Amino acid sequence: MKKSDTLRGWALASPLALVLLAFLLLPIAMIMVVSFWQATEFAIVPAFSLENYQFLFSSPVTYKVFWATLRYALITWALTLLIGFTVAYYLAFHIRSNTAQTALFLVCTIPFLTSNIIRMISWIPFLGRNGIANQTLIGMGVIEEPLEWLLYSDFSVILAFVHLYTLFMIVPIFNTMMRIDRALIEAARDNGASGWQILANVIIPLSKPGIMIGTIFVLTLVMGDFITVRFMSGSQSANVGRLISNDIALLQYPSASATSVVLLVTVLLIIGALMRFVNIRKEL
Amino acid sequence: MEPRPRSFYWLTAFFLLFVIFLYGPTITIGILSFQGPQGGLTFPMNGVSTYWFHNLFQEQAVGDIWGAFRRSFALGLMVMVATVAISVMAGLAFRKRFAGSGALFYLTIAALVIPSILVSLGVGLIFNQIGAKVHWASSGFGAQLTWTLPFGLLIMFAVFNRFDKRFEEAARDQGATPWQTIRHVVLPIIAPSVVGVALFGFSLSYDEFARTLLTAGSHNTLPLEIFGMTTNVTKPVIFALGTLTTVFSFLIIAVFLGTLWLLGKRRARRAG
Repeated sequence: MKKSDTLRGWALASPLALVLLAFLLLPIAMIMVVSFWQATEFAIVPAFSLENYQFLFSSPVTYKVFWATLRYALITWALTLLIGFTVAYYLAFHIRSNTAQTALFLVCTIPFLTSNIIRMISWIPFLGRNGIANQTLIGMGVIEEPLEWLLYSDFSVILAFVHLYTLFMIVPIFNTMMRIDRALIEAARDNGASGWQILANVIIPLSKPGIMIGTIFVLTLVMGDFITVRFMSGSQSANVGRLISNDIALLQYPSASATSVVLLVTVLLIIGALMRFVNIRKEL
Repeated sequence: MEPRPRSFYWLTAFFLLFVIFLYGPTITIGILSFQGPQGGLTFPMNGVSTYWFHNLFQEQAVGDIWGAFRRSFALGLMVMVATVAISVMAGLAFRKRFAGSGALFYLTIAALVIPSILVSLGVGLIFNQIGAKVHWASSGFGAQLTWTLPFGLLIMFAVFNRFDKRFEEAARDQGATPWQTIRHVVLPIIAPSVVGVALFGFSLSYDEFARTLLTAGSHNTLPLEIFGMTTNVTKPVIFALGTLTTVFSFLIIAVFLGTLWLLGKRRARRAG
């Protein structure tokens, strides 16, 4: 590495570095510091106290809520992976014209560029007590009373997660699939492999990097969420994000910070483990 | 062409269902926003009217929606310009390894995976401690950049990984200065992706909620305003607002896609 390369590199990358320093590194450092502070009813007081952590780790609520968060993440992950992989596979291997492929890919990605909150709200007429789902089921004679668990339940929370985040699986998996050498599939077929065998022994192994990147996205988005769980559960379910945002609403910043630190460590440990399986820079 | 395998039809059906799942709810609220004045949040339609759209324009009905829209629009443009400039520069920087480039890359990825509420909380705390007031154009702007920049940079990586360096070498051989090479060779080649970065910058900012929650200050952005409405509005007026802002998002996407199409056409004409 030449010295001039380093100089040139930092000259061009310094705006990025400065923004991340000021609005990511310092804020996270601040959260870590404040997590050792104490709070009165009106203000936060600099101190070095382990009180916030002691309270956090001694409360059974903490474990329950972390478990609930992990459960949301795992269920959403399984569903988005299943749906996302199938859609990506269809787009990458079954759509033959490039134009159609691009168009259908856009159809899948455009909702990402619209409002998440509106997309959550838009489930109300569908899932509500008198919503389309219940009316249809009653009309078909499947049920007599409207189902109460469709909206404001864990079901609707997961549904909204899948609705919002499947795209984070589709895009990276599609991206890796498009780079699979088609000759490999030809070779497998020439050697007598069936469609399922090709899928299991060629396509899935070669799609692993995309699956990993999608997994990282979905897990971190769900684990850090607070708004979907609050809105779609009608404030009846809890996750770590809601624990933090409730503390913030009560101006209990030190306690919110301690929970944030534990959440951050959890997320980073999971990502760290997953990153061992994939080199992100190579996959772009 | 070889005949379609049977799996093709199953997968097509699956894909169609997925698209309905993706767009169905949005279309539903699009229809319900034309609910009659006495209509509720669900079907059946109680008449058809534009009552709820008019309702939106009446100042007292709901909060300061138009102010919020103007702020979100301005913030979106600010974030878009900053995201494009910073991502392109950083993209150019990362083409050659430099001391610390690995660390900076992982920091950028970290920005993507760190829960948004932590950024919101941390930036809010810092502004609080240094005695500065949080404002959408300062703290809100910075907090949103931590979300748009990683996407911008990832797109730039994708471009430069596929970039044919011979174009640059040719320019250099003909005596172009480094700046001329970037201005007349590199930038035109990466232009479509830069348009993509701009679209991401604007749209992600325009719809961002969590990162602005504690950093926008006393003047709300549109997503914050809409979320405020969800807790106390039980009338289709919220569908009307949702429909309008979704239509606006679609228009923005169409403008950018149109720009891409024009770029492609111009390029094809020049090549031909």
